[in-house]
Amino acid sequence: MSVLVVVECDNGEVKKSSLEVASYGSQVAQMLGTTATAVAVGEATEANLAALGEQGISKVLYDNDSRLKDFVNGAYTKLIAAAAQQESAQIIVLANSNIGAAVGSRLSVRLQASLATNVVELPKTDGGQFVVKRGAFSGKAFSDVILSGERKIIAVKKNSMEPLHNAGQTATVENFSAQLTDADFSDAPKQVIMQEQAGGILLPEADKVVSGGRGMKGPENWNLIEDLAKALGAATACSKPVSDVDWRPHHEHVGQTGITVSPNLYIACGISGAIQHLAGVNSSKVIVVINKDPEAPFFKAADYGIVGDVFDVLPKLTQAVKELN
Amino acid sequence: MKFLVCISNVPDTTTKITFTPDNKELNKAGVQFVINPWDEYALTRAIELKEKLGGNVTVLNVGEADTEPNIRKALAIGADDAIRVNAKPTDAYFVAQQIAAAAKEGGYDIILMGKESIDYNGFQVHGMVGELLGIPTVAPAIKLDVEGSTATLEREIEGGKEIVEVATPFVVSCQEPMCEPRIPNMRGIMTARTKPLKVVEPTGEAPRTQVTEYALPPKKQGVKLIPAESAGDLIKLLRNEAKVI
Repeated sequence: MSVLVVVECDNGEVKKSSLEVASYGSQVAQMLGTTATAVAVGEATEANLAALGEQGISKVLYDNDSRLKDFVNGAYTKLIAAAAQQESAQIIVLANSNIGAAVGSRLSVRLQASLATNVVELPKTDGGQFVVKRGAFSGKAFSDVILSGERKIIAVKKNSMEPLHNAGQTATVENFSAQLTDADFSDAPKQVIMQEQAGGILLPEADKVVSGGRGMKGPENWNLIEDLAKALGAATACSKPVSDVDWRPHHEHVGQTGITVSPNLYIACGISGAIQHLAGVNSSKVIVVINKDPEAPFFKAADYGIVGDVFDVLPKLTQAVKELN
Repeated sequence: MKFLVCISNVPDTTTKITFTPDNKELNKAGVQFVINPWDEYALTRAIELKEKLGGNVTVLNVGEADTEPNIRKALAIGADDAIRVNAKPTDAYFVAQQIAAAAKEGGYDIILMGKESIDYNGFQVHGMVGELLGIPTVAPAIKLDVEGSTATLEREIEGGKEIVEVATPFVVSCQEPMCEPRIPNMRGIMTARTKPLKVVEPTGEAPRTQVTEYALPPKKQGVKLIPAESAGDLIKLLRNEAKVI
């Protein structure tokens, strides 16, 4: 019995969501009286991998094959399956990311494992059952799910776990090779195009988000959103009508059919709060709504609200953040 | 080219979710069911590609008889024929096995589906089908073009996109802005009635997961309003009270 954690790395760094996943995996290992090993994918530095000890990881397996720098489904799946085999892993934990979902679903068939995605809490193991809580109905509800069978794969929703920081703990980093062949890279991307992210913060990973809706009146006013986001160190986002009319790119659209986010702070500016939008944001820890219409339905879902014109309020907020810093 | 499009029957996006008194199932009373919005992208793109390249679009749904209105809707939008696997779609693995079995029998070139369903939000079926059939999976895709037996896709990654080329057969899960979903026109609705809809019984192993209980998120305490004139106070509250900045 052991726990294997899949850690995604980018430009040498371990992604924030993977620090959460590592913390989740090491706590599951502790519950089961075993240790947690990580397998790293993407481009990592040894120092950053060793630092996963702070999240409770004892050992990290890393294949430094340069072809693994960008995501390749066939190769990643084979690599993780080989690591799971070597470590006799009964539980595999990964992020509920585009990579985690693509690999986790293939792995579950290959390893005959039961799979739960979008998991928001540590499992319960009372009464001989292994039960996880996951988000369902686009964030409008949760479900408790029994994972049957010996092997289980858990994809952890971003921002649902506070990363552990046991200062000074280090993990041992071991070279690992899954004997990958050219055929494993047949679905390798021909080209990777990174999109510009406001302030360099990835929206799906962000713990603060400033979002604008049609109340912003036009793309030329987005500097107000960007200024506040920059001051707060937040990512920017938008509602569906905004991306539909191309004021903002589609990858910033949050909501039921866009990106689902669960930051600690979500600030909605000029968004009325249609049920489809709420579905994408209502697992945010604190929701702030700024809207001049006091009847906007979003106020019902908000923790803090300002009834006022975004064009007056946003500069005041940005100024207040700057003064605070 | 033969396209298989997998659709889910889900509560309308505006549905306020409630559960049966034992919290074991969705309370379906008064709920309108629609084709999963993500699946509409898969369906429309398959029809567009068929119009360009020729071929056939088959729609598949795992569901009981009450899903047939939405299967007919997919036929009205432009699919040629349909298969309903007569079973409740209990978990992703169970559904993936039904799709894989149908795909093996029908010899499809491209199997399309939405990125996930808006009810279970599994985001799992595409990969499971790919693995069961031993063919590549591209998920989630925002663009799909086909030339000969090779497809060029754009796949969304966190912070960007990848351009991927794969040979048929393959599985793709779709999301916006892949295309503009279509609505059925009168002619489509009329012809849909006569298009073939085959009902088959499920196959494969038992589900590997089981939902024991549903729950709604805890209710919010209620909004604390800050006057617009003193908007800056909000920032102090976010630091000192909510402790999020």
